[in-house]
Amino acid sequence: MPESAPILEVHDLVKQYPAVAAVDGVSFAVPEGTCFGLLGPNGAGKTTTIEIMEGILPPTSGEVRYRGEPLGARFREEAGILFQKTALQDFLSVRQSVQLFRGLYSHGLDVDEVLEMCALEKLASRDNRKLSGGQQQRLLLAIALVNDPQVLFLDEPTTGLDPQARRNFWDLVESIKARRKTIILTTHYMEEAQLLCDEIAIMDRGHIIARGAPQQLLREHFAEVLLELPRSEFPEPARALPLKLIDASDRVEISTHDLDATLRTLIEAQVPLRNLRIRPANLEDLFLELTGKELRT
Amino acid sequence: MMRRLLAVWHARNLEFLRDRPTLLFTLLLPLGVVVGMGFIFGGPPRPLFKVGVLGPSLGSHANPFLHERYVQFVPIHDVTGGLYEVTHQRIDLLLDLDGTARYWVNTDSPKGYIVEKLLIVADPGARRQPVTGQAIRYVDWLFPGILAMNMMFSCLFGVGYVVLRYRKSGFLKRLHATPLTAFEFLSAQVLSRLSLILFVTVLLYLCIGAIIHFHTAGSIGLLLLLAVSGSLSMIALGLTIAARFASEELVGGLLNLLTWPMMLLSGVWFSIEGSPRWVQWIADIFPLTQVIDGARAVMLDGAGFAQIMPNLIYLAVTTFVFLAFGAWSFRWRVE
Repeated sequence: MPESAPILEVHDLVKQYPAVAAVDGVSFAVPEGTCFGLLGPNGAGKTTTIEIMEGILPPTSGEVRYRGEPLGARFREEAGILFQKTALQDFLSVRQSVQLFRGLYSHGLDVDEVLEMCALEKLASRDNRKLSGGQQQRLLLAIALVNDPQVLFLDEPTTGLDPQARRNFWDLVESIKARRKTIILTTHYMEEAQLLCDEIAIMDRGHIIARGAPQQLLREHFAEVLLELPRSEFPEPARALPLKLIDASDRVEISTHDLDATLRTLIEAQVPLRNLRIRPANLEDLFLELTGKELRT
Repeated sequence: MMRRLLAVWHARNLEFLRDRPTLLFTLLLPLGVVVGMGFIFGGPPRPLFKVGVLGPSLGSHANPFLHERYVQFVPIHDVTGGLYEVTHQRIDLLLDLDGTARYWVNTDSPKGYIVEKLLIVADPGARRQPVTGQAIRYVDWLFPGILAMNMMFSCLFGVGYVVLRYRKSGFLKRLHATPLTAFEFLSAQVLSRLSLILFVTVLLYLCIGAIIHFHTAGSIGLLLLLAVSGSLSMIALGLTIAARFASEELVGGLLNLLTWPMMLLSGVWFSIEGSPRWVQWIADIFPLTQVIDGARAVMLDGAGFAQIMPNLIYLAVTTFVFLAFGAWSFRWRVE
C-alpha cells in the first residue's frame, strides 16, 4: 500500500436523531501517518462523527472503511481511542488499569513501556481515582496506546486541562506523531489544531464547511493580517467604510492585505486606535469567517 | 434556603415523573404485591393441623374424626410417602382408616401431640404407631434456605448494579472500543461473581454449620455442584435485568420484583405445600426454589445425583437462556 493511501475513508455519513441530523452527509479520507483534525463548536457533530468512525455508534447511512474494508475485528485490534469522558474501573491502580486493557488485545506494547511513554512510572501504584486532570488524561492516553495502535482517536483530549498540562499533553501527541501513527483529533482549541494537525476539517451543523491543511486554509481565506478593535470603541458610522469587517463577541476584526492603507482609512474616519491589536489570522478567525460564529460558543 | 430546596425538589420530581418506566413500575409493584398477597393468604381461615389419610378417597370413610374442625385432611397414596411426611413434620399425623383405624404420629412434633388427642377423643379404638427417627429441627430445615437466599441477593444485586454503574460511568463504552465482545464481558462478570459467591457460601456453610451442629446427609460435592448451578442461573438472571437499562431506580425495582416473590415463595422460611397449586407452579419457575429444594434433598435426606438431576437441568437451561437473552439485549452505552 503506498504511503499516502488513506487508512480511513468516510463516505456520505449521516446520523439522524428524531429532531436533528447530527451528521449530514460527511465524506473525507485520512492518509496514513497524518494527524487529521475535526474542528467545530459544541453540537457541530464532530464527536458523533468520530464515534461513528470508532465503530462505537452506528450511522443512519453511509460507511467508514479502515484500510479499504468495513470496520471489523482488525480495526478494533489496531485502533486506540481516548474518549471525551471515560471512567475507569474503581479501586485499580494506574498500572492495573493499563494491564486490564492490555489483556484485551492480542498484540501491543509492554505495560512498563506505555507507562514510561506517558510519564506515568512514578504514579504506577496510585489509585486511578486519585490522579489530577492532566495525569488522568495521560493514563487514558496510555490505555489508548497499549495495543500499539495504527490509528489513534483523540476526542477533545485537553478539554478542562490547565495550560501546563495541555502543553505536556501536546508534547506526548507530538512524540506519537513522530512514530508515524495516524491521529484523528477533535478539538475546539485552535492552537492545538494548528500545532498538531496536518489537515483539518471544520464542521458546523453536521456538515464539513472547509477542509485542508491549516496554513493552506488560512492563505485561501485570509490576507496577511487581522486588526482587532474593541467593539465598544468602534463607531457605528465606521461600518460603512470600505473594509472587510468580521464581528466577534466583544470585538470587531478587520481583515486586510494592505495594512498601511487600512490604518490610514481608520485614522481618517477618526476611529480610536489606542486599543488596536494587529496579528496574523488563525483558525479561530477562519471559523468566524466561515460561520459567523465563534468556535468556543 | 427554602427556595433552593424547593427548586431541587421540583427538578427531582420532574426527573422522576419523566422516567416513565420507573414511574409505571413504582405504581404497579405495590399493587401487584397487594393483589398477590390477597390471593396467597386470603380466603377462609387456614386449618391448624394437617392430617394425611391413606387411600384414594376421603369421602368413603365415616370416621367422626374426619369431621373435626380446623383440621385439614389430605389424601396420601402410599404408606412410605406418608411416613416420610410425618417424619419430616410436613403433616402432623398419618391415618389409615381401612378396617380398625391406625395412625402414625411423630413423637417429637408438638402439633402431632395435640392432633393425636383430638383423634383419641373421636375414635378411642385407633391404634398408635409411633414414628421412629430423628425429626428435622426448624433450624436445619431453614439452613439451606438461608444459604440459598444469601446467594440470590449476591447474584442479583451484586451483578445487576455493577453492570449498571459501568454503563452509566462510560466504562462499558470504553470497553466496547476494544475487541471485547458482550458475551466475553458478561461471562467474565458471571465467573467473577461466581467465585466470590462460592467462597462466601462455603464460609457461611462451615461457620453456621459448626454453630448449629449441622451434618449434611448427602454428598458435599453434589451440594457444591448445586451451588455452582444455582449461582450461575441467578447471576445470569441479574445480568439479563441489567443488560439494557441505565436507570438505577428501574433496575432496583425490577430486582426487588424478582427477589421478594422468590424470598416468599421459594420456601426459604416456610413450606408452601399447603398453598394453592398455581402458587406452587409459580414457585417452581424460580431458580431459587430449585436450589433450595435440591439443597434440602441433599442436606437433609441424603439425596443422590439422580434425585436432584431435574433441578440441575432446570438451572443449566435457565442459565443458558438468561445469558443468551442478556447478550442479545446488551447495551454498551446509555442510549
